[in-house]
Amino acid sequence: MKVIYVFVCFMWILSCKNSTVQSPSSDQAMEASPAMSEGQAAVKDDESMKDVVKVAISSPDHTTLVTAIKQAELVNSLSNAGPFTVFAPTNDAFSKLPPGTVEELMKPAKKADLQNILQYHVTTSTLKAGFFKEGMTLGMVNGDHVSFQVADGKVRINNTATIIASIPASNGIIHVIDAVLLPPGK
Amino acid sequence: MSTILMTLILITFIACKPRGIQQAISADAAGKVYVAPGKYDEFYNFVSGGFSGQMSVYGIPSGRLFRVIPVFSVDPEKGYGYSEETKPMLNTSHGFVPWDDLHHIALSVTNGIHDGRWVFGNGNNTPRVARIDLKTFRTVEIIEIPNSGGNHSSPFITENSEYVVAGTRFSIPMDDTNGDVPINTYKQNFRGTVSFIKIDPASGNMNIAFQILLPGVNFDLSRAGKGKSHGWFFFSCYNSERANTLLEVNSSQKDKDFILCVNWKKAEEYVAQGKGKKQVVKYAHNMYDEKKHMATSIMEKEVLVLDPKDLADMVYFMPCPKSPHGCDTDPTGEFIVGSGKLAAIIPVFSFTKIQKAIADKTYDGDYEGIPVLKYESVLHGEVLKPGLGPLHTEFDDNGNAYTSMFVSSEVVKWNIQSLQVLDRVPTYYSVGHLSVPGGPTKKPWGKYMIAYNKITKDRFLPTGPELAQSAQLYDISGDKMKLILDFPTIGEPHYAEAIPAELVSKNSVKIYKIEENQNPWVAKGDDFARVERKGNEVHVYMTSIRSHFVPDNIEGVRLGDVVYFHVTNLEQDWDVPHGFAVKGANNAELLIMPGETQTLMWKPDRVGVFPMYCTDFCSALHQEMQGYIRVSVPGSNVPISFSTGNTTPVQ
Repeated sequence: MKVIYVFVCFMWILSCKNSTVQSPSSDQAMEASPAMSEGQAAVKDDESMKDVVKVAISSPDHTTLVTAIKQAELVNSLSNAGPFTVFAPTNDAFSKLPPGTVEELMKPAKKADLQNILQYHVTTSTLKAGFFKEGMTLGMVNGDHVSFQVADGKVRINNTATIIASIPASNGIIHVIDAVLLPPGK
Repeated sequence: MSTILMTLILITFIACKPRGIQQAISADAAGKVYVAPGKYDEFYNFVSGGFSGQMSVYGIPSGRLFRVIPVFSVDPEKGYGYSEETKPMLNTSHGFVPWDDLHHIALSVTNGIHDGRWVFGNGNNTPRVARIDLKTFRTVEIIEIPNSGGNHSSPFITENSEYVVAGTRFSIPMDDTNGDVPINTYKQNFRGTVSFIKIDPASGNMNIAFQILLPGVNFDLSRAGKGKSHGWFFFSCYNSERANTLLEVNSSQKDKDFILCVNWKKAEEYVAQGKGKKQVVKYAHNMYDEKKHMATSIMEKEVLVLDPKDLADMVYFMPCPKSPHGCDTDPTGEFIVGSGKLAAIIPVFSFTKIQKAIADKTYDGDYEGIPVLKYESVLHGEVLKPGLGPLHTEFDDNGNAYTSMFVSSEVVKWNIQSLQVLDRVPTYYSVGHLSVPGGPTKKPWGKYMIAYNKITKDRFLPTGPELAQSAQLYDISGDKMKLILDFPTIGEPHYAEAIPAELVSKNSVKIYKIEENQNPWVAKGDDFARVERKGNEVHVYMTSIRSHFVPDNIEGVRLGDVVYFHVTNLEQDWDVPHGFAVKGANNAELLIMPGETQTLMWKPDRVGVFPMYCTDFCSALHQEMQGYIRVSVPGSNVPISFSTGNTTPVQ
């Protein structure tokens, strides 16, 4: 019966194509909203404070990170309500990785790996630098944890990356770091 | 199974029938009203809520509801009338009045064309006029009308938004007289007024410039002159019998009542010459300051009254058949269409002829000392047999008029010059006002006509004894009017105006800048968050941002205290309001826009610990956005303390 039902539905779609698939006649009269098919990242808004993605985009030191976020299709997620704490490695931080690493991660076949790495740099909630204490661990969006070391007023993550600046954003905060955080191997 | 299959085949067959199989709805109706996901409507439709006291905003042609703007009625959803900042908006000379009956809409105009700045609404019950700022879609001003028994013929507007008017529906003893009189002394003691409320061209602020004292009739509707008739205003009135009981019968005795023609430029001259009389009255004037995010209410004590008995050449009565209701001027300003609810014709008056009749003094006597113009001398012509119960007329951009017929539940399209009926369509059911985008202005945008109906019966799924009232959208781009959509409305959709979306959307505010917040209770950052005791008042200066409050643990409140939560939303991001509510509050919630401060008063009724939380889903951690406030016994020595993020355990 299911087969027949599907067949009938299919016929219905086919047979009605001419009359039902026509575009609305008043189409031209309607104004398209800017975010029509792109998601929140495309919302036109010059009045609000910048979100974490727009803050990163406006930073000349984060072009690699921004390219990676786009490649990993995380732009809309990070433009969402959040709130997010983003640890944002600089271009220099990426360049400290073994040669070819970034290029390899940017390949379409490696998208899942790239997403995993980037999501290891994000947690939900707005955490200022002063919140992090020696020995604290924090769950990240990818499911793994990072640890914090605090000495001489500086916050280090996983004993590798140091927070060198913190920038508030509309949907959270960005902590600029000087090394890329690598998730623990599976 | 075979039944199902047959049904499907049948449906397929019907669905694919060529155009013409359906009677009332054309096959392309769905396409004409379909606004695809992510696309915008072409027009905003501002629709009065009638007895809901509010105004709602729809998209045309989709009929999608975007917002209900609280105006005269409290709105717990938005905290309007509940927050300390908004309570003064509903103050009147009778005290706090939390409801009214909003009948009519007037969009501001410049040179007779919509300018998208403000929309005005009238309070029919406790006479008031409200102004809504279209940058924020918020009620920013309400002014009460003295010497009025109910503000129905309002808030119609002059062609440069010089004035909105307010004509009393109920005549009453004037405010400065002893009102303790027998009701059946109506003819001696009851008077009517029409008020002209000046609009400040820059700020939009309202101020009653003058009132005209008139015989005790019922003023119903009105329209300003425009173009050649700019400087004049036309008010329909009924009950020229001046009955005070069973008006259903007693105010329908005469063949003709009146349309009052007011030369308001002349009235302005009299005002400038100091000819008016100042009368001691009392009325509230409430303003919302969008920098302070709070309203103030002041009680005005004086109004200027012009009496036509002493001041000639200012007002004239024009006979109009059978209890006129609608009184609408066409886009050129030459024609005034009167709609007698009980009349078999629609009279169309000529402004040119009115001027000539006045110049020639072609009078038909007077009514209570005011000249009555001879009907035939001012008449352009009559629309014959238009339908039953004509009510309201709007205009398109092609010289045509559309009149709603209450009794025969139809809309009739006719030509203003030829007075010939061109088309008629049924409405479902009992149509009141109509709206054509720009219909009451010098520049109708045309394209659609929306009918606002009082009764829906079988049009929608039933919801018990009370059904939604409805709007019906007609395509008027061709010769024939075509029904293309029904949509339900909030309250009673009494009157509405529609405006091209771009004229409004381009000015829409996204956030309030926190640095410009002048609220006296603002906390412009977590460092300013605090709790202070002043006698038995506890003031909590609280901040909210995704996803926490500062402070979120509060102690030291005692039973008998009055707690004020002054909540500042620190967000600077479009469409990220935070809400605030506390358990057991005999109050509503707060809904606080980005950059705004609002205050909730709470009188705890028992000792204990009370949760408080964010009510507007703000973020992934919205459910974590909460806190506690501890209430101790009277005289307790628990000190005022507050914190956020303090995890130190008790010693």
